[in-house]
Amino acid sequence: MNPSFITDAQNTWCLGCGNFALQHAIKDVIFGLIKDGTPRESIVLVAGIGCHGKIADYLNISTFYSLHGRAIAVATGIKLANPDLTVICSVGDGDTYAEGLAHLIFAAKRNIDITVIVHNNRVYGLTKGQYTPTSPGKYHGKSTPRGISDDPPFNPVEILLCSGCGFIARGYTRRQEELTGLIHDAIVHRGFSVVDTLQICASFLDMTDMYNERVYVPDGHNPEDFAAACMIAREWDYDSDGPIALGTIYRKNIPTYESRFRVPQKSDVEKARSVDKIMRERS
Amino acid sequence: MADYSILIGGKAGDGVNRAGQVIAKIFTRLGFFSYMYYDYPSLIRGGHNYAVVRVADHPVGGCREGIDVLLALDSTTLRRHKTFVRNDAVILYNSDLVHDAEGTAIPLLSIITEEEGSPVMANTCLIGAFCKSIGLEWNFVEEVLRLELPHEVEKNLRIARRGYGAVPVEMRPEFLHLAQKGGDKILLTGNEAIALGMVAAGLDGYVAYPMSPATGILHYMAEIAEEAGVTVIHPESEIAAMNMVAGMVYGGFRAATGTAGGGFNLMVEGLSMAAMAELPVTVVLAQRIGPSTGTPTYTAQEDLNYAIYAGNGEFPRFIFAPGDAGQAYECAGHALRLSWKYQVPSLILTDKTLAEGTYTVEPSTLPELIPAQAITRIGPVEEYRRYSDSEDGISPYAIPGDGSVTIKVNSKTHRPDGISTDTPEGIAGCIDKQMRKLPAMRQEVSDLRPVIIYGNPDAEICLLCWGSNAPLCREVAGRLGIKAVQPLVMWPFPAGEVSDAVGDSWMVISVEDNYAGQLADLARHHGIRVDLHIPKYDGRPHSIDGLVELLWGVVA
Repeated sequence: MNPSFITDAQNTWCLGCGNFALQHAIKDVIFGLIKDGTPRESIVLVAGIGCHGKIADYLNISTFYSLHGRAIAVATGIKLANPDLTVICSVGDGDTYAEGLAHLIFAAKRNIDITVIVHNNRVYGLTKGQYTPTSPGKYHGKSTPRGISDDPPFNPVEILLCSGCGFIARGYTRRQEELTGLIHDAIVHRGFSVVDTLQICASFLDMTDMYNERVYVPDGHNPEDFAAACMIAREWDYDSDGPIALGTIYRKNIPTYESRFRVPQKSDVEKARSVDKIMRERS
Repeated sequence: MADYSILIGGKAGDGVNRAGQVIAKIFTRLGFFSYMYYDYPSLIRGGHNYAVVRVADHPVGGCREGIDVLLALDSTTLRRHKTFVRNDAVILYNSDLVHDAEGTAIPLLSIITEEEGSPVMANTCLIGAFCKSIGLEWNFVEEVLRLELPHEVEKNLRIARRGYGAVPVEMRPEFLHLAQKGGDKILLTGNEAIALGMVAAGLDGYVAYPMSPATGILHYMAEIAEEAGVTVIHPESEIAAMNMVAGMVYGGFRAATGTAGGGFNLMVEGLSMAAMAELPVTVVLAQRIGPSTGTPTYTAQEDLNYAIYAGNGEFPRFIFAPGDAGQAYECAGHALRLSWKYQVPSLILTDKTLAEGTYTVEPSTLPELIPAQAITRIGPVEEYRRYSDSEDGISPYAIPGDGSVTIKVNSKTHRPDGISTDTPEGIAGCIDKQMRKLPAMRQEVSDLRPVIIYGNPDAEICLLCWGSNAPLCREVAGRLGIKAVQPLVMWPFPAGEVSDAVGDSWMVISVEDNYAGQLADLARHHGIRVDLHIPKYDGRPHSIDGLVELLWGVVA
């Protein structure tokens, strides 16, 4: 591994944080992409705000450290400006399933060719332990000391399936090799892709035992079968004790947003000429 | 001096705006200057809409009192505006809806029914009648209508011709006694002028969510997108728009967005981010009246303070406030260019009066805009630092994929290499670096000659105005022999130039479409005396005569 992929920024994630595994996976995938011919400078990572966001400081590639919930909107702009770039978003579950939910759903609806990796530890870490849209019902956060059992979590995989998302996978940070493969597949997929990644928060919500017991890779699942994808998505609702399927849940090829909405670029001279022409036609 | 006002009114959906535009176009083609004010409530069908087209042999950008021609598609129009018509006014009305009225009866509905036209074509019929009433040759009318009504041309022409024939004689022939030359004059709304100005300055992307009165930019930009080479996107919200623009700018697009105050509320989060990340985003803030949703379709100049202070934290920015379509074109270009030069956000403040008003512009008088270009092409360098410091605070701007460099852009306080920092030196250094741009930005504003003086420069009474009030104050100053001063750039505030322009006037009066006198306060804050504020906050622009009347007590 090329050591220059990590910056000199001091790492401040907690010991045992799932973000380490995610950072390694993302770094490995990027390293592989570069080895396969993608220019390093054409890869851009956009982060939101939260513990996950620090990956922007730690990875020594081009990054846009954006705002809480806004990474996907920013990434959409980047991809529209330059479709040749490989644009990856690292986002948190509090970040993208709460404040950024509209951007997530709309990006799926549009099918912009970016990849969203959700660092889903199901708790707000950096603001110290409040519940997120995917926190289990029994979770007692600092802002919800009586729990949220009447406010069950979102099932983001189901939301994405309903939103027309063309690539949905679920990974787990303790299945490193598999996770790396999913992130790679998501990035090379042409269109919007999401990897909902289960990770633990070592300080506020360590679900290692629960995940280790329940995760599995379904046998013979055909990710192109939407009905089968829905079945798998509903097996576990992020609250109950159902089996937790990992892997590519759904995959479909759809024309990308940038191929439909980006108009051919014009030079400054051509733009000035267009303005002249428009004005002449109006006289 | 030729100076006429034509009012056409009807219900929403009657095509009043379009009809007004066509009338303005007719006069622009005849060589006059036109200005159109369009008044409409926030509804889709029904209600009362009207357009006032002011026609003169000199540039105009406001309405005066008195109507010379009243064109009524319905009875409400007659009822609402009859008291404002002059004694010798021409009145043409739809006699299928209005009975026993003074003026010339045109059976608009009967004509369209006979010609199998759609109801909206009543406006075409009335335009035909109007053209006859002022003595225009049919050939000329036909020529303009062919260009202006491209759908169902023949039917429209037949209907217009019937209207033309329904008027027995020409009634206001002096309309045409004026020297007429076509020239290259064109009609532009403030919104269209801004769109074209930004394209001329090299705009690559426009992302906006619809909101009156800025929507016209989005519509027009979408219409000319292919021709202009601009990627135009209507996303899920203003929040998305602003953040997409920031992303586009990072990706190398010169990009902008536009909205009104309520949408700007949502964009401010992204505006702060763009400032911290030193991304050149341009935002058009088209003002309308009231906090919150206010009154969607009426005018105000209430967001000057907001524009200056919008965003958390402190950061430099440019704010332009054009007064008419020509200035809007120019300011849009400067905003985009200077935003890129200094890698700071820029705002263009307009208002409903300007944004949706239509102005005659002479393209030959518009300045040639220099395309925004601040991307430093980075060669193979050892180490690129996105925020490397310099004497003027401006760092090399590289875009991803351009050279083999790593570009770290950050919404958080950052080191020169773009990595977050919270050390005392790091925080202060980040702010110092950005604020170091200010002296050069101030100089840049001075170089633009940011303050315009109208009327008698030696007069002892001075009007201080901004935005769409500038053309009104120009006329008022001319009429009263006083002076009017308009800062075209509001931030960095050109205090020295405003002060020089005001000079030693013994009375300085601010004219603004707000309650508080926001420009007056800004001027005072910079040590410029303002004695009186003439406020207007009923959503309607001043009329020239109304303003003159208000000033008589003071000036005489």
